[in-house]
Amino acid sequence: MPKEKFELNEREVWDGNYAASQAMRQAQVDVMAAYPITPSTPIVENYGSYVANGYVDGEFVMVESEHAAMSACVGASAAGGRVATATSSQGFALMVEVLYQASGMRLPIVLNVVNRALASPLNVRGDHSDMYLGRDSGWIQLDAYNAQEAYDLALCAFRIGENHSVRLPVMVHQDGFVTSHTAQNVYPLSDEEAYNFVGDFKPVDDMLDFSRPVTYGAQTEEDWHFEHKAKQHKALMDSRKVIDEVFAEFKKLSGREYKRVESYMMEDAEVAIVALGTTVETARVAAMELREKEGIKAGVVSPRVFRPFPFDLIRDALENVKAVGVMDRSSPGGAMGALFNEVSAALYTTPNRPLVSNYIYGLGGRDCSVEDLKEVFRDQKANADAGHITTPIQQFSGLRGPKLGFFETKRS
Amino acid sequence: MPQDLKLKAAQKRGIHQLGGDELVGWDEVTQGVILTSFEGDASDIAHKKAEERNYSDFNSYTATVAPWRVIKPVFNRDICIDCQNCWVWCPDSSIISRDKQMLGIDYDHCKGCEVCSQVCPTNPKSLLMFSEYEELDVALSQWPEKKKKEKK
Repeated sequence: MPKEKFELNEREVWDGNYAASQAMRQAQVDVMAAYPITPSTPIVENYGSYVANGYVDGEFVMVESEHAAMSACVGASAAGGRVATATSSQGFALMVEVLYQASGMRLPIVLNVVNRALASPLNVRGDHSDMYLGRDSGWIQLDAYNAQEAYDLALCAFRIGENHSVRLPVMVHQDGFVTSHTAQNVYPLSDEEAYNFVGDFKPVDDMLDFSRPVTYGAQTEEDWHFEHKAKQHKALMDSRKVIDEVFAEFKKLSGREYKRVESYMMEDAEVAIVALGTTVETARVAAMELREKEGIKAGVVSPRVFRPFPFDLIRDALENVKAVGVMDRSSPGGAMGALFNEVSAALYTTPNRPLVSNYIYGLGGRDCSVEDLKEVFRDQKANADAGHITTPIQQFSGLRGPKLGFFETKRS
Repeated sequence: MPQDLKLKAAQKRGIHQLGGDELVGWDEVTQGVILTSFEGDASDIAHKKAEERNYSDFNSYTATVAPWRVIKPVFNRDICIDCQNCWVWCPDSSIISRDKQMLGIDYDHCKGCEVCSQVCPTNPKSLLMFSEYEELDVALSQWPEKKKKEKK
């Protein structure tokens, strides 16, 4: 137990980084191995100060790189401790090799990812390149749109990942600077409420159990590898039920409700935007204003859980609209945006098959305004009225220079 | 006999190829590919000799990892002085020695690296490399004579 009691007010003014670090303190993380990188540095820095000042009974491990940070987290988690860290961008990229190790070994590490662009050119601002880089890594990925959610979801992350039927690592994403460095009202739980919600860490196959020595990191070739990967994928898919249960329990405790897919003004929506991160809140403002001033029945759908991808709930949320604009905040590298592809695949299995178009936007922290998103909604309205996509299927929003877009709809 | 110690384990559960012959489905593999080294409680195994431990089938002790060996060391008991040099240097714990007496080679784990033969100090050597396919008694019948020191 920690020596010192941290004083908390019912309402605090915290940025996303501070909110996440408070969740790490309240969960009483045993080991945090970390290497600092903008914009996520304050999360691990604050945890270090909580350890030094007696607010956490844990270990802060200084390492030489993010690869080493996640490696040390894997070791500490396999040893049987509650483990968390944070990173962004290039640091995340350096961790990638070990992310796959962590999920393959079914270690419930919590990684706070403060989303930032990937070089080159070097950029410290927020986009979703790093989040997308982790999408096949076998981790659960939760997405916070503001500081309160970064705090709430970090607490939920421990509960979800450490559940013995899940046993998977969890990323909690927040947007670099816009969330991580913007002070907002945050209503924290008391230390007792938060810890009781997260619960004591109950190890599985821990290496410090000397009565039952275990091997981690076995090699499997073509005769075994496929079965292990399939089992891991099944666990990730099955975690949906546990995520729903944890969100329901968190609502009872805090009054704040989370769903694997969040819907805003979707009851009668004719057109919709699908987005992630802080863009969701901007899109909600745009939808509300368009309904009031231009009579466009606009709504917003946003995955709260990016992995496991909510294929079923996305379909349920969007199947009755006419046109959907899917926002991808990552350079797609010669393809359609990842979120567009996944949303399109889900909607292809509906009878109505809404028109879906793709917007690449906000790279390297480029601002995405309410007006930008109103334009996306207006495009969708035009598509809905015309009955086909009237623009290139992939467009760039907020880009200087001549309009950039790719592919047209095939029409007979 | 040199292989006695390994045969004990082999009789118990059978020496098998790593990965095993029993290929089970995805629903039966262990979570996280995490494998137990021993059957049952292993709290008091530290002081036990390998052949007394209850290794699991996942432990490489009960599995052969030597099928790719092309040359093998052959041990000549008549010349060995039990200096334990080979036991110290073997990188795969494949020299079987008990009470400081050299008993033989663990061919289920030896990779044929030749280190034991290189570090053997006797004249002629007590460990020499032969083709994997050479019979042990044939190999022993071909053992070289003691080399005489050349006078300077």
